Formats: sequence, structure tokens, C-alpha cells
Amino acid sequence: MTTPQAVLNGERLALARMLTKVENNSEEGRLALMELFPHTGRAHLIGVTGAPGTGKSSLVNQLALHYRKQQNKRVAIVAVDPSSPFTGGAVLGDRVRMRDLSGDPNVFIRSMASRGSLGGLAQSTANVVQVFDAAGFDVVIVETVGAGQSEVDIARLAHTTLVVEAPGLGDDIQAIKAGILEIADILVVNKADRPGVENTEKALKTMLELAHPAERVFKHHGTYMGVAAPKSNLNKAVWIPSIQRTISTEGTGIAELVDAIAKHTAYLRSSGGWALRERTRLEVELEALLREGLMNKFRESTTAEAFEQALEAVIQRKVSPWEAANDLLKGSTA
Amino acid sequence: MTEKKIRVLVAKPGLDGHDRGAKVIARALRDAGMEVIYTGLRQTPEMIAEAALQEDVDVVGLSVLSGAHMALAPRVMELLHANGQSHVKVFLGGIIPDEDLGSLKAMGVTGVYGPGANTEDIIRDIKLAVAG
Ligand SMILES: Nc1nc2c(ncn2[C@@H]2O[C@H](COP(=O)(O)OP(=O)(O)O)[C@@H](O)[C@H]2O)c(=O)[nH]1
Ligand SMILES: [Mg+2]
Repeated sequence: MTTPQAVLNGERLALARMLTKVENNSEEGRLALMELFPHTGRAHLIGVTGAPGTGKSSLVNQLALHYRKQQNKRVAIVAVDPSSPFTGGAVLGDRVRMRDLSGDPNVFIRSMASRGSLGGLAQSTANVVQVFDAAGFDVVIVETVGAGQSEVDIARLAHTTLVVEAPGLGDDIQAIKAGILEIADILVVNKADRPGVENTEKALKTMLELAHPAERVFKHHGTYMGVAAPKSNLNKAVWIPSIQRTISTEGTGIAELVDAIAKHTAYLRSSGGWALRERTRLEVELEALLREGLMNKFRESTTAEAFEQALEAVIQRKVSPWEAANDLLKGSTA
Repeated sequence: MTEKKIRVLVAKPGLDGHDRGAKVIARALRDAGMEVIYTGLRQTPEMIAEAALQEDVDVVGLSVLSGAHMALAPRVMELLHANGQSHVKVFLGGIIPDEDLGSLKAMGVTGVYGPGANTEDIIRDIKLAVAG
């Protein structure tokens, strides 16, 4: 049975099915999330992002091995790959690099297709992560392809975000977008066995110096409904991302990377950043659900004709979109 | 919400060394709108069943060129059953002698395809099997 209780009991088939339900954002999945929510908030969420081919999946494989062997932590992996915008299908190939993890009952790998919608991906990823968290996984690693807004959204989910680069991928650091640096807590130069590592590392250092102190994405506005976010003392000790070299095909540099992640965690705990990230993440989620709920409520109380009429009036420039929206909202609260 | 996506695990068990056919199938299924989890070469039946479980797939597609299908297919089926995934449909592709077809069907393999098989047929059969 796919009950929340079965998930909490650690039944793997129930967990797998629950992940499908929450990924599809089904009614049953939503109800289950409500029951699972009180059991969340314990896992360390690690985001891994970067351009295709930089070695993210190989790195995730090594990180998971390390957490298993050295720290006996239970590890869940969410590997997100893009869906084809034309057919909606996807080939999800990250498991190919994670075969070392098979046969370990304390590892659970789930592949996810981005399914087109930006906001939707962040929400379904959040749902999936919550289920793993409730199921008692100590570390949840989310791999995404670094391509833009969805990574920023997903980075908001994570406590620690790794941005992965590799030498020899185009003109030095072309592949790195400014926005991606902004979400990095740790920069990883993978494929350190390849020529050009020094150049990649140097370019990253330069970008970091230019960018810092960057406005961090998790400093969300925090003033929704006129409530100010609690003052944090984040500014007292600014986190400067470290640069870590790894060779994921051999496991080189992984212990050092795990240390850097632990340092970041300690920093978050001592600076109040951990609580701030939790707050931001849940605030974003709450707002998204409110928006969706209000929209649904509005749709229920407004006829399609009323909407069409208003739209037509706007098209004919009889009323402005602002007026039309106001009128519709007034009408719908009747 | 959108219609439920068909999720397919494409696996290459056995020791023979190339997966071109498996990759062609994976892409064809993607182009038919399915979500294909590709696991790579040299998968043991245990690895395949474990991945099928974690990924909550509807279909497992096995590509076997080594001639070991009569050992591999039943073992995968047995593990799927043991894991509570009896509903998962198993398809087999590769060089399969005619005289094995009967026993493969009897053990519950849903479809068997030779090297010349038309991907359109495979896609149609998968959709039918999952819907039915
Ligand atoms: N030389 C070298 N190759 C690597 C390293 N890490 C990964 N690779 C290879 O890079 C390719 C892409 O790796 P993958 O982990 O799938 O990258 P992803 O697309 O970022 O997830 C594979 O062929 C890996 O074997 C590394 O540290 N050194
Ligand atoms: Mg990958």
C-alpha cells in the first residue's frame, strides 16, 4: 500500500510510488504530503548543478559513496534531466554513472524529467525532496543541468549548492553564467586530470572576486504581507565560495569536497543562514500554493464568459487590463 | 494535470559489449513521449529490478544480444514479482530464436522483438500493454 505510514516505515515500493504521486502533483500525493510534512526538516539538501558533461552524475556517485562509507548516512538522489520540448518525452541517463551505488538499501536514486514547466519543476522537485526527507534520508542530493531560472529555483531548495565546472568546455568559462555563480556555495572544478584546470580555476577566482559580495538568492524579499523577515547576522561573516578540484572518475578530491560541504553547513548553522534558508524555501512554497489556490478559487467563482468578455473589452482598448482584472476580482467575490 | 507519463526502464543485461540498439530504442520511446530511464551496459538482473523499483516504471525493456535471454528474462521477472512489481510489463529485444518465443510468452514476457523490428510497432505495443 502507498500510504504515508508505509513511507515512514521505510517500505521502498511505497516510497517509489509516493514519489510518482507527488511528482504528478496528484490529489492523493498532496494529501500524503500534508501527513508527511511534520516529519520533514531533518535532511541536508545538497544541490549539484552545471553544464551537461561536466561530470555531475559521476560526482554525485562519489559523494554518495563517501557519505555511505565514511559517515553511514542514508542518501537519496534526485537526478533531473530535461524533457524534449517537442514530444514531452525524455531519456534520463544519470544512473549510468551511479552503478557503484546499486545493491545498497540505504541509497535511493530517482530520475526525473523536467516536464517543461519552470515553476512546476521547482514544485515537483520540492515535493519529491520532502518525501525523501520524511522517509528518513539524511542527505538528499539534487542534480540539475545548469541552464537558468529553474536552477535558481531549485537552488533555493538546497542548503548547499555545488556548481560544477570542467576544463575544456568551450572558451574557458563561457559556460558559467553570472547567475549561476550567485547560487554557488561551493565551486567544483571536476575533471582535474584534464589539461586546462589552472585556467578554469583562475577564471573562476576572477569571477568570484568581481562578484563578491554578491547578493545571495536566498535573501528573498521577506516582506510579504508587510511582515519583515527576522534580521540575520549573515553580514557579519560573509560566505565566500571555495573552489574544490575533483576527479570524479577516480574519487580524488571527494573527501576535501565533503569537508567543504561540512564547513558550509557549520557556517549556515552559526550565522542563522540555515534558518533563513528554511524560511525562504517555505515562504516561496507557501506563496506558490496561495497563488495557485487563489487562482482556482477565482476560476470557480467566475464564468468563462465573464472572463472572455473582459478580455474582449481589453483587446478593443475599452478598458485597461488593470481595470478588467479589478472588475473580475470584484465580481468573483460575490 | 497532464496525462500520466509512461515510464520505461531500458536495460542492457549480460556481458556483450555494445548498446547501440538499446540507445536507438530509448530515443524512439522518448520521441513517442515516454520517459526513458537508461541504465547502461552490463546490468545484472538484481540491478535492473532495483532500478525498476526506485523509478516506479511501467515497463522494463531488456536488450539481450548474448543469447542468455532464457536465463536473464525469467530472473528479472522473478525479482520484479518478489519486489511487488508484478504489474510491470517486460519487453525483450535481441536475437531470439523462434523456438524460445513460446516459453518466453508463457513466463509472462509481454513482447519479443528481433533486430529488424519496427519501432512504431514496439511503441504501439507498449502503449496498449500499459493501458490494458
Ligand atoms: N577525465 C575525466 N572524466 C570524467 C570525470 N568525471 C566525469 N567524467 C566523464 O565525463 C562524462 C560525463 O560525465 P557525467 O557524470 O555523465 O556528466 P553530467 O552530464 O554532468 O552528469 C563521462 O564520460 C564521465 O566518465 C573526471 O573527473 N575526469
Ligand atoms: Mg548527469
